[in-house]
Amino acid sequence: MLMTLSKDSMSITREQDVVPCRNRVKEVAVKIGMGIVNQTKLVTAASELVRNILRYADSGEVLIEVVSKGRESGIRLTFSDKGPGIADINLAMQDGYSTGRSLGLGLPGTKRLVNEFDIKSTVGQGTVVTILKWKNG
Amino acid sequence: MATSISQLLKNNKSTLLDGWIQKQLTNESLRDDLMTNDELRTQSEELVNALAKSLTDENITQVDSSDFDEVFEILSTISMSRARQGFSPRETGLYIFSLKEALIDLLQQKLSENPTELFELSQKLNRLLDNFGVLTFETFIKGREDVILRQTEEISDISTPVIQIWDGILALPIIGTLDSSRTQVVMENLLQKIVDTGSSIAILDISGVPAVDSLVAQHLIKTVSATRLMGADCIISGIRPEIAQTVVHLGIDLSNIITKATMASALKHAFSMHRLAVKRHETEKKGF
Amino acid sequence: MDKIPILRMGPFLLVTIQIDLYDRLALNLETDLINMVHKTGARGVLIDISAVSIVDSFMGRILGNIASMTRVLDAETVVVGMQPAVAITLIELGLSLHGVHTALDVERGMALLQTKHSLDDEMAGDDADDTE
Repeated sequence: MLMTLSKDSMSITREQDVVPCRNRVKEVAVKIGMGIVNQTKLVTAASELVRNILRYADSGEVLIEVVSKGRESGIRLTFSDKGPGIADINLAMQDGYSTGRSLGLGLPGTKRLVNEFDIKSTVGQGTVVTILKWKNG
Repeated sequence: MATSISQLLKNNKSTLLDGWIQKQLTNESLRDDLMTNDELRTQSEELVNALAKSLTDENITQVDSSDFDEVFEILSTISMSRARQGFSPRETGLYIFSLKEALIDLLQQKLSENPTELFELSQKLNRLLDNFGVLTFETFIKGREDVILRQTEEISDISTPVIQIWDGILALPIIGTLDSSRTQVVMENLLQKIVDTGSSIAILDISGVPAVDSLVAQHLIKTVSATRLMGADCIISGIRPEIAQTVVHLGIDLSNIITKATMASALKHAFSMHRLAVKRHETEKKGF
Repeated sequence: MDKIPILRMGPFLLVTIQIDLYDRLALNLETDLINMVHKTGARGVLIDISAVSIVDSFMGRILGNIASMTRVLDAETVVVGMQPAVAITLIELGLSLHGVHTALDVERGMALLQTKHSLDDEMAGDDADDTE
């Protein structure tokens, strides 16, 4: 059973929001005692996803949750936007694929950095990406 | 009038406890080496008290009832600690099953003239205690898993020592299979040691790795790339002939990595990168 | 607006990144650095990222771009002081920064640039002599 211990959200509207968002995630990660490598992976993943929101949807929201399951605790981040959505998720999850001007590492790279990765998208309505990183994962 | 099981239990707590202890003590699987009889008695008494307190005539058929929380709590603690102390599953299981026997014995004594009721109550008690037994096993296994988990962590810690073999040269002998979690530990230890010692060359020795498949190779390549990002060079040594064969057969490209057959030749290479030379001492020559 | 200072040390340029970069700042750094290389005719660029705790694919791309761009202008780029956690994350992300030179710290980075620089000079001075 996954339990949510705390919740916090912030909105993403401009480029300058990337750094505060990373800091917020980092703070929470430090608070639950996550190791430096996992911290860095999680914050980097968050950075990639926030950037995706800004690049493709202009604005969106990040939900930061501390969760626990049995003896493990971790952080779950939910990135939602009301942007154009992704037509072919399988294609977007391939290494090297990008519609924007980037290396195309964003989504598949982010997936490798976290323990759980889930993406839901409807064309014309928006995208929701949920990632979870366990403290010792 | 039907016999009240809770009343019966409350009134005969000490008889039940004595009967149970007797059964445990006479059982051949008794582990008096792991636990004193006094401890056993305290533990058993606690459980009997909790059971007598929470069992009612209604909830005897409702194992999920929250009335039994205290019993569950005690059972979990006992089986968890037994798992850590090294009791076998049989010994732990017998603990709760002998309680069942003692209970049935008690019922038999009290209800000998009413076989129908005896049968019904025994059935109910059977079901309840079987459920307690299952729970005991579940927590026992969880306790064992904890032990295994801790040992796994310890093993992965001790099996990845990073040794400074020369000023500026680190060596990391990898023993055992390299999976993704192992790779993480190896990488973290190695990179941290590079920072701590300011070493610019790391030798990764894989003589102790039983097999290199494409996944292991990928992990090795990752480690080498991460070392490079830090600004240090990484040499892979200890490549046995059969590993060289599989690597080529699998089409794994190691051409961007410096590979050496032995740790000695890797060290030699590291020396030449540092522009060091090992010379035999002059005085020793004169001795001949 | 924040600006990342670029220091000149002989034939080389030194940049120390002390804060977490947001995109505009990173892009400005790229432009400033390339302009500076062009203006001063620097032969090497040293970027110290020891204080940077996060390098995502965007930052990684900027670093790669700077290296490629300076190379076109005949200058080498060395990135120094990357933290272990950052290196592991970049590899997992799939960015190995091929084409970017790396060194453990500023001192070794400078030494690396120095060797590359003197190697270049030797090659220019005596084409027939193969020093490799």
